[in-house]
Amino acid sequence: MGVLAREPRRFVHAVEGVSFVLRRGEMLALVGESGCGKTTTAHTILRLVEADAGSIRFDGTDISALGSGDLRPLRRRMQMIYQDPYESLDPRFRVRRTLEEPLEVHGIGSRSERRQEAEQALRLTGLDPPELFLDRYPHELSGGQRQRVAIAASLVLHPDLLVADEPVSMLDVSVRAGILEILDDLRRHGLGILMITHDLSTAARFADRIAVMYLGRIVEEGPSREVVDNPQHPYTKALLSVVPKRDPRQRSRPEILRGETPNPVEVPPGCRFHPRCPIAIPECREIDPELREPSDARPGHRAACIRT
Amino acid sequence: MTSTAPILTDEPPPLHAPPPRRRPLVWTVVRSQPQATVGALVLLAFVVVAVLAPVIAPYDPREKVGAVFEPPSSEHWLGLDDGGFDMLSLMIHGARVSLIVGFAAALVAMLVGGTVGLLAGYFGGKTDTVLMRLTDYFIVIPDIPLMLVVAAVWGRSLTNIILIIGLIYWTTTARVIRSQVLSVRERVYVQRTRALGAGHRRILFRHVLPQVAPLLVAITVLSVAVAIFAETAIAFLGLGDPTLISWGKLIENAFSRSAISVDAWWAIVPPGLAVVAVVLACTMLGRSLEDTLNPRLRVGHLSVNRFRMRRAEGEQ
Amino acid sequence: MSLLEVQELNVWFDLASGGELHAVQGVSFELDAGERFGLVGESGCGKTTAILALMGLLPPNASVAGQVLLEGEDVLARGERTVAPHRWRDVAMVFQGAMNAFNPVKRIGEQIVEPMELHGVAQGREARRQAGELLERVGIPAERAARYPHEFSGGMRQRAAIAMALACQPKILLADEPTTALDVMVQAQILELLVALAHDFGLALVLVTHDLPVVAQVCDRAAVMYAGEIVEAGPTDALFHEPRHPYTRLLFAATPDLYGEEPVASIPGTPPRLDRPIVGCPFRPRCDRAFAPCGDVHPPLKAVAPARVAACHLNDVPEAVAS
Repeated sequence: MGVLAREPRRFVHAVEGVSFVLRRGEMLALVGESGCGKTTTAHTILRLVEADAGSIRFDGTDISALGSGDLRPLRRRMQMIYQDPYESLDPRFRVRRTLEEPLEVHGIGSRSERRQEAEQALRLTGLDPPELFLDRYPHELSGGQRQRVAIAASLVLHPDLLVADEPVSMLDVSVRAGILEILDDLRRHGLGILMITHDLSTAARFADRIAVMYLGRIVEEGPSREVVDNPQHPYTKALLSVVPKRDPRQRSRPEILRGETPNPVEVPPGCRFHPRCPIAIPECREIDPELREPSDARPGHRAACIRT
Repeated sequence: MTSTAPILTDEPPPLHAPPPRRRPLVWTVVRSQPQATVGALVLLAFVVVAVLAPVIAPYDPREKVGAVFEPPSSEHWLGLDDGGFDMLSLMIHGARVSLIVGFAAALVAMLVGGTVGLLAGYFGGKTDTVLMRLTDYFIVIPDIPLMLVVAAVWGRSLTNIILIIGLIYWTTTARVIRSQVLSVRERVYVQRTRALGAGHRRILFRHVLPQVAPLLVAITVLSVAVAIFAETAIAFLGLGDPTLISWGKLIENAFSRSAISVDAWWAIVPPGLAVVAVVLACTMLGRSLEDTLNPRLRVGHLSVNRFRMRRAEGEQ
Repeated sequence: MSLLEVQELNVWFDLASGGELHAVQGVSFELDAGERFGLVGESGCGKTTAILALMGLLPPNASVAGQVLLEGEDVLARGERTVAPHRWRDVAMVFQGAMNAFNPVKRIGEQIVEPMELHGVAQGREARRQAGELLERVGIPAERAARYPHEFSGGMRQRAAIAMALACQPKILLADEPTTALDVMVQAQILELLVALAHDFGLALVLVTHDLPVVAQVCDRAAVMYAGEIVEAGPTDALFHEPRHPYTRLLFAATPDLYGEEPVASIPGTPPRLDRPIVGCPFRPRCDRAFAPCGDVHPPLKAVAPARVAACHLNDVPEAVAS
């Protein structure tokens, strides 16, 4: 899949050659630094941004070429949760209206059915009893409650795929786990969840698989525990080493990469990571490595590095 | 920098209490901006006078009741004009035309400017470019000469004057609304509604318009002032509807019949003051509404130096 | 004598509705030169207000009580008059979102020179030379002083903000969520820089954040704030390994760790409102260990072990009863 995002005057390949599979009942975490293309990837999957090459198959159907009319029924089945619960709800809508709007848009159900659906969704997200929340405005809810409402608003349509863009990063630490548990619960009930996050700890604890992105590419992908315990790509290793640990006794030596993620306008030749890579060899400047299973990794664990 | 408002903790209101009503906007404005209240009251007073004109005017404004330019007296508080008509009655009746033109022209500006701003801001791209170039075009045309030409060509009826003024002054509305829509369009909840599969009409009318509507009202109130001023100018230049009494017309009459050289100030000053009062009232109300509603104008300030020290409780 | 001693600091805000919000409630702590101290808590707990009060940077609707002793001198004794000479000279601050708070039309160098000239630390060419040195020290080539803020990346602007805070060679650096909007790799760079600066200049560093792991990795000591007060303070190691307040324990348990095995659990409920009096322990409604006295008696902050304080009734009962 490839995406063209518009930058002033020039086009950049925000995301290039990204491929992955998300199964039902699975949570995949897309991890990377800002500008690595993880949000663009998510928007492309939902067809909010148009890909210029590649395909997106949803439940067997290639949706990358569907017109907006054919896309509408599928939109129902793919929903998105945004980072900022203070921004993602219309401040003028009561919770009830926010929850019923998706059903109205798709012309589903009668008034009373819509109301039941809204109540059901609130219960699923732990806002129980729903009557206490239906008539509130967003500003009358706490951050965690707002995020629950946002999740509920995506659940009323009974989606198969949920894309969660940094669903907890704006929330207080003490309520984050609650939101992640809801997502975990939905996953167990068969939803496919794509979680975009910069927080490796959260990904490690809640996702089934992790895909690490760097400069528009997936550089490593595999089962969460496996990626965290046995990282293969030097970028993943560096990223893991700088995640602060809760235990002050575990003051690991972080392997800090100098500089910041380079501008996607100037993608280095060869391996995109070689200018910052601690183990780069001359070949890295020429060979653009593909994702493959390294010899000392478990099956399903792939990395894009010629040194593995 | 950081906002100065203390953050109340996130606790929602007690669960068993009914959800609190939002404080009405009007009240917020009155409290925070007393000048808005003054403006609204003055405006209301003029509207009442205009509506009740036939009842409260002491004389028929088209009936000669005394000598030309008779000075103010207990019978004629504001004296008589160049035709021997009662100035006070003329003023009271003149309020009708001035206010009708003001409100109607502002409404035209609101409809045209609001639509242009909404569409340009929401759709962006080519739509935006075309509509904004059109707006720029209207901005650079000199107002008064255009009004003169159009009034001369179309004829001098009340409807035409309203249309002319409305069609000249919609540009401010369009630009302010456009910039506001540009930011609302990027709000996450608008994007979320789009991702949901909602069409443009729903997003525009349910999410974007309600968000910019208060601002639209504020600008419209401001354009009432501009429109009244423009009407006065047109009438003063002798291009108003000759059959109607308006404040501009009164000034024009007095001026052309050399009220100044005979020291008949009462024929010119009162209608002038009335225009100033209404324009000022609209501006006060409009500005306050705008200050309160337009987030771009709200300036957060971290003030240094102003906190107070106080003794801890129990300390002497 | 400690470098900084904060005693019974209180901050109230007058609310537009007529009430009063007690944002900081009797906060006390000490700080020595070269020490790295963490102030941890969730949004609205008063941590930012507390350090803004130290700097005398509060809005007109704020009132303050308590003492802030800087090398023994009470800088709040006469309000702004006594605080102003120390602000930026002795106590400097990296504000939350500081990287986005540069004047976009002034060169970075000019903005670093400004506080120097204002406080008479250096003038003209000498000030520019020092600004260049400072930039180098925080990892920005000196010649970039002539650049504008928008030409810097987020991480670079944050470095420049730190350089600006160091302009007058302060003794204490307050950093409010210095890495919150940054990527992990840049966060690691900035934290490394702060630690190095504290070490090299003997700066006392106060790190204000909601991020426990950051405090665990950077600070020697930390205080946990809840509902405007410090509920526990002590060495970070002890806070993690033997928390003496349930909030500290639950907060750590709510924070996912890369290699942790135990389940991550949220803390139910929300913090109390601070615009009305709180009866008993403010954390009681969310506490998993609340017992009889918690509902009526506000637990005082008191010593529970050497160099450790906590405000929890559980520390008063024998171990067997508590567990």
